[in-house]
Amino acid sequence: MESLMTIENLKKYFPIYGGVLKRKIAEVKAVDSVNISINKGECFGVVGESGCGKTTLGKTIIRLLNPNAGHVYYKTPKEIVEAIKYLEKNNPKSKALKHLLREYDIAYVKGRNLKKLRRHMQIVFQDPSTSLDPRMLVKDIVAEPLVSQGLAKGGKVRDRVVQVLEMVGLSKTHLYRYPHEFSGGQRQRIAVARAIITNPEFIVLDEPTSSVDVSVRAQLLNLFQDLQKELGLTYMFISHDLSVVECISQRVAVMYLGKIVELAETAELYKSPLHPYAQALFASIPVPDPTKRKGRAPLYGEVPSPVNPPPGCRFHPRCQFAMDICGREEPPLIDVGGGHHVACYAINKKE
Amino acid sequence: MEKTASDEIVEVQDLYLNFYTYEGIVKALDGVNLNIKRGEILGVVGETGCGKSVTGLSILKIVVPPGKIEVGKVTFNVKGKSYNILDLNEPTMSKVRGRYISMIFQEPRAALNPVYSVGYQIGEVFQHHRREEIIKTVIEQLKGEVEKTSGFKRHICKIQLSLYERMLKNPKSLRVRLALKTPILKRFQNRMKTEIRNRTIELLKLLRIPDPERVIDMYPHELSGGMAQRCVIAMALVAKPMLLIADEPTTNLDVTVQAQILVLINELQKELGSSILYVTHDLGVVAELCDRVLIMYAGNVVETADVMTIFKEPLHPYTQGLLESIPRPGKPFTSIPGVVPGLINPPPGCRFNERCKYAMDICWKQKPKLVEVAKDHYVACHLYSGGK
Repeated sequence: MESLMTIENLKKYFPIYGGVLKRKIAEVKAVDSVNISINKGECFGVVGESGCGKTTLGKTIIRLLNPNAGHVYYKTPKEIVEAIKYLEKNNPKSKALKHLLREYDIAYVKGRNLKKLRRHMQIVFQDPSTSLDPRMLVKDIVAEPLVSQGLAKGGKVRDRVVQVLEMVGLSKTHLYRYPHEFSGGQRQRIAVARAIITNPEFIVLDEPTSSVDVSVRAQLLNLFQDLQKELGLTYMFISHDLSVVECISQRVAVMYLGKIVELAETAELYKSPLHPYAQALFASIPVPDPTKRKGRAPLYGEVPSPVNPPPGCRFHPRCQFAMDICGREEPPLIDVGGGHHVACYAINKKE
Repeated sequence: MEKTASDEIVEVQDLYLNFYTYEGIVKALDGVNLNIKRGEILGVVGETGCGKSVTGLSILKIVVPPGKIEVGKVTFNVKGKSYNILDLNEPTMSKVRGRYISMIFQEPRAALNPVYSVGYQIGEVFQHHRREEIIKTVIEQLKGEVEKTSGFKRHICKIQLSLYERMLKNPKSLRVRLALKTPILKRFQNRMKTEIRNRTIELLKLLRIPDPERVIDMYPHELSGGMAQRCVIAMALVAKPMLLIADEPTTNLDVTVQAQILVLINELQKELGSSILYVTHDLGVVAELCDRVLIMYAGNVVETADVMTIFKEPLHPYTQGLLESIPRPGKPFTSIPGVVPGLINPPPGCRFNERCKYAMDICWKQKPKLVEVAKDHYVACHLYSGGK
């Protein structure tokens, strides 16, 4: 399968300033050494508890945040990725490497090139009531990416706006209204219209259904699926609602404290999660079937602070299978077969 | 409806509630009927704005303007007597709230006061609702100490004892009031404070808060969402209420924390034997926790039945729609078309008529009544007016 986005060793740390001189005293390791590759045309789900770095990951790969380290390749030819790897290893200070990174790596692209890239990558934010400017008309909100990218002018802008509004299930009559006149579901549709107006290939959906009701949620999810088929989009679907991710994604990554602990095909992951954290996470989804009540033992304890994550495997203080090695060394993300990746020593030993 | 007075703890009859806004009168509750049995967990389900939370607030009579309860009756059966909560005056209500009926709010951080430590806030409830009990324990302690100690210390204990006994008999007596105001003398309260503190720590332990001795002195902003919610639950449980109204207590929490809280609520309910009115929009949680379910739509109760029946054979088209909109892998997402109507000008007849695929002429003319179609299964829909 063709890979659209390749993310290598991506790191994003947020500094914490303190003391009298407001110097950097610590870092929040929001995303720490993440490696994923997103295939063309798929919906890649990212799940995890709040504060595990899902949103930061989504924002970093489309350069809404500047990563501290790592590479993000968007449709980069294999030869160039390999050339970069080779140069990094052998000649990390060469001008050629710098040039290649600036040209091909989203993490290093600057200025005009970055702006050009933006039209291919869009995002739909979590809460449409805060992501839409309350003082702008719908037609201006939706047209903004088009105008700022210089893709259309004059009457064509309006035509295109009407076209995308119709694609998301709104109509011409909504052009001259303000966001507050819409319901939550419709507002999210406006946000989607704004995202697809530049004909992007990749869209990050950052918890797009968390602020709407169940019945509206289904409408939105249908819209996402229809648009994906129609426009050949690739999604990164970030959510903490595991049941939604199960239905919409082909592959899912489970994050815990800035790290990916498990990555697999959706059906396989939901059927047999391997990582103890993923197991606990899936076991805590309430099943809408009263005949299947589980007498469950929930995961106790709290997510540790990402400022001082536990050494070794970050889950080991809460893990029931923790061994000596878990507290010392970080488990690598290993393929256990069929594209099922797990970062856990207990599993790797068994295999 | 057959009723035995002892079986039901709260009964709501024909409750109408309006909000007087600038745009017009929002008819938020339109004749709500419900009853909560002793020791059961009743789930209230519905979309945003269908009156779930307001129903909970009305039972506690804490509806604030512009909301106003128009007519209705909220019968509260306690110790063999029944009271209409809507007729009780404020001083009586403040005794009922927290002691007999208490509430857990949706947003734990908004429910806690940011400038007081959680220990203080939980202690306040002890002070208010279990004061006598605590004073009695302190008196017992003092009596024991009077016998054991001698000399000056004994003398102090005796003074304290007399003050506490007076406090129990007549808390507003001049001597107690003076003692509370005078420096040094007012330290006699410390014994009570220690007792409350110990009890708070015990309660926090019961809620499985790790390291309660430290948490008790923390402020709400220092706690995570799950911990803050647990403190709010602790506050609600201080007086071991007979009815606990939980208004979406886990909506803003992560699934793992939600699972912890649900297990906790379930265990506490079994231990204390209280009834719980659990307001939520998550059908998964309902299936997991509740004994009986009440489905609400636009200020009306549309269906009530026990949890098995609701999930196995839902009758009302709205309930069916809700159940179908649960995402299931491999199936397309189905949803109820349209949105909840504005309640300033609700549609005539059945309020669900605009979105209902079975809508008939009569649905636009007449409001359906809640009828019993099977044992303990009530539906408000014209489709079933002649039985199932």
